[in-house]
Amino acid sequence: MTQTLSSSSFVNIGERTNVTGSAAFKKLILADDFTAAVEVARQQVENGAQVIDVNMDEGLLDAERAMTTFLKLIAAEPDIARVPVMIDSSKWSVIEAGLKCVPGKPIVNSISMKEGEEPFLAQARLCRAYGAAVVVMAFDEVGQADTRERKIEICERAYKLLTGIGFPPEDIIFDPNIFAIATGLEEHDNYAVDFIEAVKVIRQRCPHAHFSGGLSNLSFGFRGNETVRRAMHSVFLYYAIPAGLDMAIVNAGQLDVYDTIDPELRNACEDVILNRKVKGEAESPTERLIALAERYKGKDAAQEKAAEEWRGWPVEKRLEHALVKGIDAHIVADTEEMRLAMDRPIEVIEGPLMDGMNVVGDLFGSGKMFLPQVVKSARVMKKAVAHLLPFIEAEKEEGAKGKGRIVMATVKGDVHDIGKNIVGVVLQCNGFEVVDLGVMVPWSSILQAANENDADMIGLSGLITPSLDEMVTVAEEMQRAGMTMPLLIGGATTSRMHTALRIDPAYEGPVLHVLDASRAVGVATALVSDTGYDAYVQGYKQDYAHIREVRANKGQSALIPIEDARANGFAVDEHIRPFPPEQPGVHAFDQWDMAELVEWFDWTPFFRAWELAGTFPAILDDAVVGESARGLYADAQAMLAKIVGEGWLHARGVAGLWPCRRDGDDVVIHLEEEERHVRIPFLRQQIAKREGRPNMCLADFVSPDGDWIGGFSVAIHGIEPHLARFKAVHDDYSDILLKALADRFAEAFAERLHAHVRTVLWGYAPGEQLTPEAIIKEEYRGIRPAPGYPACPDHSLKPILFELLDAGNTSGAILTDHFAMLPTSAVSGFYLGHPDASYFGVARVGEDQLVDYAERRGVDLETARRWLRPNLD
Amino acid sequence: MTSAREALQQAARSRILLTDGGWGTQIQLRKLTEADYAGTLGLGRDQKGNNDILALTRPDVVAAIGEAYLAAGSDIVSTNTFSANRISQADYGAEHLVADINHESARLGREAADKFAARDGRRRFVAGAVGPTNKTLSLSPDVNNPGYREIDFDELKAVYCDQVVALAEGGADFILIETIFDTLNAKAGIAATLEAEAKLGRELPLMISMTLTDLSGRNLSGHTVEAFWYAVRHAKPLTVGLNCSFGAAQLRPHVRVLSDLADTLVMVYPNAGLPNELGEYDEQPETTAGLVREWAEHGQVNILGGCCGSTPAHIAAMAKAVEGLAPRHIPEVPVRTRLAGLEPFTMAAA
Repeated sequence: MTQTLSSSSFVNIGERTNVTGSAAFKKLILADDFTAAVEVARQQVENGAQVIDVNMDEGLLDAERAMTTFLKLIAAEPDIARVPVMIDSSKWSVIEAGLKCVPGKPIVNSISMKEGEEPFLAQARLCRAYGAAVVVMAFDEVGQADTRERKIEICERAYKLLTGIGFPPEDIIFDPNIFAIATGLEEHDNYAVDFIEAVKVIRQRCPHAHFSGGLSNLSFGFRGNETVRRAMHSVFLYYAIPAGLDMAIVNAGQLDVYDTIDPELRNACEDVILNRKVKGEAESPTERLIALAERYKGKDAAQEKAAEEWRGWPVEKRLEHALVKGIDAHIVADTEEMRLAMDRPIEVIEGPLMDGMNVVGDLFGSGKMFLPQVVKSARVMKKAVAHLLPFIEAEKEEGAKGKGRIVMATVKGDVHDIGKNIVGVVLQCNGFEVVDLGVMVPWSSILQAANENDADMIGLSGLITPSLDEMVTVAEEMQRAGMTMPLLIGGATTSRMHTALRIDPAYEGPVLHVLDASRAVGVATALVSDTGYDAYVQGYKQDYAHIREVRANKGQSALIPIEDARANGFAVDEHIRPFPPEQPGVHAFDQWDMAELVEWFDWTPFFRAWELAGTFPAILDDAVVGESARGLYADAQAMLAKIVGEGWLHARGVAGLWPCRRDGDDVVIHLEEEERHVRIPFLRQQIAKREGRPNMCLADFVSPDGDWIGGFSVAIHGIEPHLARFKAVHDDYSDILLKALADRFAEAFAERLHAHVRTVLWGYAPGEQLTPEAIIKEEYRGIRPAPGYPACPDHSLKPILFELLDAGNTSGAILTDHFAMLPTSAVSGFYLGHPDASYFGVARVGEDQLVDYAERRGVDLETARRWLRPNLD
Repeated sequence: MTSAREALQQAARSRILLTDGGWGTQIQLRKLTEADYAGTLGLGRDQKGNNDILALTRPDVVAAIGEAYLAAGSDIVSTNTFSANRISQADYGAEHLVADINHESARLGREAADKFAARDGRRRFVAGAVGPTNKTLSLSPDVNNPGYREIDFDELKAVYCDQVVALAEGGADFILIETIFDTLNAKAGIAATLEAEAKLGRELPLMISMTLTDLSGRNLSGHTVEAFWYAVRHAKPLTVGLNCSFGAAQLRPHVRVLSDLADTLVMVYPNAGLPNELGEYDEQPETTAGLVREWAEHGQVNILGGCCGSTPAHIAAMAKAVEGLAPRHIPEVPVRTRLAGLEPFTMAAA
């Protein structure tokens, strides 16, 4: 799959083109078989290596010649040369020779202060002149850093020296040395802890620097015992990635899912990695692991559980069972068994695996299986395919294109991808090949990927309203590029109406709005049909044309002039204004209790995200989806226990309360200490109303004679390393589950903080006693409208709000250029305390209000038009 | 006096600046003969077509073209030295004259620029043009031997270094590495300029200009615009941009990409359209100007100009078309580790 941008924070560096790490590669190089050696590089990239490490340090080789020959050869292979190279040698002369052959921006691995500061800096300057990032080994004049303190001291010293000569800190990657543990020598026992602890500290002290390491060293003592080595690596990453390790030289296909490692082995690995001596136990952790390792010698972990009945079935049945049940524990072994039994590896995919997925697809299509299970099935399928790919590549077969190929992306400026990932998984389950470009993808990359992959269609996703505009841009650019492939539109803010009115006219090719994941397969299947295609896309074109026609003829409900709308504003009861806050000003909350937030969860939207319809908790007993909902709920609870217990995520938030007054449709905040005013312009409903119905505007809830308004921002931090772990092992299910739970935390925190404001900070409802159900139904006093939502639809108010709250430093939330919030699980909004305040939708806005609004915002008309586009005719 | 780097940056804050247009087509128009080219140098081979040598044999022609561009509104005039390197001049048996050609060409540019500056007080700049040579560091000329290279990095760097030193000594303000079809050649040019800076003890601001060879937006060595930018960003160039390639119409999407990414000035100087079936460029000045104006309107460029087929009339039309339009605002780019193979690779924030 093509991925031009790493949105994940963990980088897999391919290790197989390294003579010190791969005996097979060494053999090829020594035999001067560079052609076969190039194929090794190709496989690595195809297998998902994001950077390839090239190392020719071998006594019998002319390393300079081997390095330059190999680099020149792979430069001629676009499939390989597309990723950056890591030039790996302990000899500077080899590195420099390599740098002279690499046209992109590579990584040098490594330089160090082994020979003192001067040579170190001279080499760093050369790396800079050649345009390379560097790995800095924790090595100084005294020797290699082993303890936590030495690692920190050396890395910090190197960082200061490098930044002192203008070396960009983001181009520094530290390798604080992963050493072998469980060797039997007591002085080695704490090496993994030293590494993890050191990374935590260095990361704080050396901003922008990254961390790398060679994972295979860790388990050096267990050579020949792959089961134990893999378990050790997985457990190590489980702890090191959250500490800050963000790249590693590793074979991604050979990592286990942490949760699926045999608990006994996992515990033993944890004990040696974390150097946990069990009190009162005679055996040391190392002794215990060594003893346990005997059991796995020469065996595969899979055989351990052969007792289970289904494990005795024929392999085709086992594959199907694993796919339908979403069990990934034995999938690699079973796939391998199947591969050996068939003539060609591709037949495993086209035969038993696709058969199994067809069963899944049928069950899903007939409503007997639901999204959560399907996503689990896809995880199993992905692992099986990942195992087969190298063999397929080795045969140089044309990869199965399957039913069709779709390029998918969340558009530029938007970071939301739960829905897109679900659609991707469902399509894959149904035999489509999905090229997922990730989030924040500019139109140029989308078009390029579509062309390069010879895609059958493009799918765009987005959650926030500015994404609608970006989708129009993509459509326009597809038109300019003369493309004809279908464009699928999906995501929470998209609609059939918007697609018909704005996107479809921009592109002559087929444009199709896809309501949800369950429809995606039907649409995509029709689009790759030879016979039905024309009629199908014509149907859509006509439908959209009809929508446009109806809208043009019937018009919409008339808009009234903004002046008239203002005259018909909402009058609040002036006698019941809330009193001034008990604690005005800005209040930041650095660590809200996560366990408490769980009690504030509104679960219904969680199930909706998985396309399970129903209200919580009734959904758990639903006759149709109940079983699926219960399974999902149990998995969610298990993950919640870890999120809370192991501190995966944390909640940061800020609330502010400021004096203000209303000025027309603006609210002017008075920042007394800074002696300045901040104007917040709101939009007013302009649709002609029935007699007695007001044209609402949020400013109506604020008094012109002095009043109070609040604002808040909450964000859930820390998700990236965990997502990276899941990504590394192709675990979409856990990925989506965690994202969905993080969203629930953000919403719960917004709700909880609002309650805190009502009862304590503002304090207008000190005695409020509401049940969670009442909270969910918003039966409290005051509202918290969010920019980008119906009552104040302009996302561009967020920068003003964030500045007032100093959100970047308080809640830690920041904005993309299209005003999406990062981290993704975040909520922000205003607090309005008047008892009459209620939610409404601004809906359509007239040209007169647009002109007026542009003036009030102090921006040109075009900018305002862009911001308000979703609300304009 | 303010350094040339700062002066150009300052001027670029208030308006869209102009560089010059094509030289080759301007020289062709003058129908020079072998005698014009050869002069009295007594070289053993025919010189007709060796445009760069005119700095020694017909300096009046070189000066006249530079002045025509300045008169048309160019803020920057480049030197007529696209092939003034040892490799290209060897074809004419003139490799021993490389230093002289570059020195003279830069001096002529300097004179013209200063003459115009003296007239109206507006500073003009001289960009010492460094072409790609006809050798490529990333590709093998032998299809059966993909690991073979005609030249290596150090050789090419030395070739560039001679040229850059002579250009700087002759009076060039900037070094313009242009028409980059091979990213590694450009990296050798950057390394050479860094070496020349050390040798001369003065700053030599770089202008870096890539050329695209296919419509999907890659150069000959296969780099996308974004990957190219990450591969040369360490040079902290004064400008980065695109030139030659195809016409302005086909460059449009790639200008947009670069404009969003580059935290430095963006300079684009396309050909006057695509050549017709006779190999002539017949895009009218107003047409080109209208196309580049679109970039200017979208705030995507800081410096405009022309390449093959463009004339002083094209530059004058562009100057008119973009007059009063706001220059591109240099974006603030978040700190990220940005690596590149043929494609870009950006790591998540540390």
